[in-house]
Amino acid sequence: MPDFNFLENLAFQVRRDILRMVHKVNSGHPGGSLGCTEFFIALYYEIMELKDDFDMDGYNEDLFFLSNGHISPVFYSILARKGFFPVEELRTFRSIDSRLQGHPTTHEGLPGVRIASGSLGQGLSVAIGAALSKKLNNDINTVFALMGDGELQEGQNWEAIMYATANKVDNLIATVDLNGKQIDGATEDVLPMGNIAEKFKAFGWVVILLKKGNDLKSIIKTLKLALTKTGKGQPVVIIMHTEMGNGVDYMMHTHAWHGKAPNDEQLEVALAQNPETLGDY
Amino acid sequence: MKKYKDQGKIDTRSGFGAGLTELGRTNPNVVALCADLVGSLKMQDFINENPDRFFQIGIAEANMMGIAAGLTIGGKIPFTGTFANFSTGRVYDQIRQSIAYSGKNVKICASHAGITLGEDGATHQILEDIGLMKMLPGMTVINPCDFNQTKAATIAIADYQGPVYLRFGRPKVANFTTDDIPFEIGKGIVLNTGKDVTIAATGHLVWEALKAAEDLNAVGISAEVINFHTIKPLDSELLISSVQKTGCIVSAEEHNYLGGLGESIAGEIARNHPTPQEFVATKDTFGESGAPAQLMEKYGLNKNSIIASCKKAISRK
Repeated sequence: MPDFNFLENLAFQVRRDILRMVHKVNSGHPGGSLGCTEFFIALYYEIMELKDDFDMDGYNEDLFFLSNGHISPVFYSILARKGFFPVEELRTFRSIDSRLQGHPTTHEGLPGVRIASGSLGQGLSVAIGAALSKKLNNDINTVFALMGDGELQEGQNWEAIMYATANKVDNLIATVDLNGKQIDGATEDVLPMGNIAEKFKAFGWVVILLKKGNDLKSIIKTLKLALTKTGKGQPVVIIMHTEMGNGVDYMMHTHAWHGKAPNDEQLEVALAQNPETLGDY
Repeated sequence: MKKYKDQGKIDTRSGFGAGLTELGRTNPNVVALCADLVGSLKMQDFINENPDRFFQIGIAEANMMGIAAGLTIGGKIPFTGTFANFSTGRVYDQIRQSIAYSGKNVKICASHAGITLGEDGATHQILEDIGLMKMLPGMTVINPCDFNQTKAATIAIADYQGPVYLRFGRPKVANFTTDDIPFEIGKGIVLNTGKDVTIAATGHLVWEALKAAEDLNAVGISAEVINFHTIKPLDSELLISSVQKTGCIVSAEEHNYLGGLGESIAGEIARNHPTPQEFVATKDTFGESGAPAQLMEKYGLNKNSIIASCKKAISRK
């Protein structure tokens, strides 16, 4: 049984990390990061089988690929809190000589990151490649990928979606962060994509809907359900409804905080809504 | 001067296919991917012998590059196969982010490079690919000259850790190197020594350079012919020592003069030993349909162009 008290406290702390990181350098993407905080906590603390020594060879453990790399703040916070690198290093986010680049990369050797992402639409293909590699290695672990919904406007995703079905890539669980927002506004206004779940179904994926994508219990349950669907000849996708900016009242229900940092006063308001629980970096 | 014998006309892409087949037998980590061009890339033997290690991606090159990047995680050595145009320009950002910047051990194997693809015309020819690839930090760029060398290069890059762009072609050309020469990435090969002019050639133009050197020799001009099969990293030491001796250079390649071997050479000699240089390359133009030999003649990519350029370079000393 998950320790929800701890996980909720961790969520407060991760949100604080995100807010403080982007505030310090007055840049970065808090909206989508906050919206996916609970997903990252569920995935890294309750679902993924990870090796204890944080080695990066990719064998015999679950792997995660972040395709929408701009939500790096939540990724970095989780990796640090999980122990991949020192929590203190979060203070170097987006600063010169840092391993915590604006968008995640392997280039500076940050543990936990397995591919560079940021230019959108590439992560699912990479995750498929890693899943194929696992099959060749008779490695029974699972590959996870997270994509943004706006990101699905990139055509490469649909090449990958088609491929995964045709080739029975069934050791892969993709999740779409369906927050309905992108830089220029609502996805419905920028480029309506119709029913994304139905599109995945039409392409032959097992589709699982997650209505409460900011609820830890629901996410954990859904990810566990998704794991039971692996190994059966079909790729699995979770369509996860989230609220961009979740946990900070004035950042919710708007796309305004997609790529904008809070000022000093705004930070104070946001932090007051998210108490320090596990120690700020 | 040393005479080279054409052991028979054969395409360099068949050298790639033969190398890949051998790797299939010797290196269990080698996997191959193709975007609906198995026949053109000569990958069928590898597929027959290693069906589980081959991935038919379909006409989806972007996805192919991403999958190749992912396959490296877990120790695979992916060789991607499609035309040079679709191996580079079409997927530049995928190569840049998921392979080069991510430091993935992917071998991008590109056939039908240059203008000698011929009749399909400019949509399928590419004369910019060397430039595109050499601009990427950490990318190794190789353009072997004949069947034997392409086979050797294919085998050699499997043992090198890091992204590689391997460029070869469609037409049947002279096979003149021997099959016992180990391929050393980044090491130019002096095919003929000379004192009046250096001919620095890559790919299909190496054979043309050898023929040009023979004709020049007949009129009393001593040309040093170097095969720069690796454009990046360029063998600067060999290049500089040669131009110090000859005092002028002609670069020869089936590529635009912007971005190609000649440009890399110009940079090296400008920094280290300023020397007159002439460029045998396309002059910032697209190609067109035609028979390969006709195109090489029309675009000035053959023995005659090299001879004329050598005389011009010598006159500028």
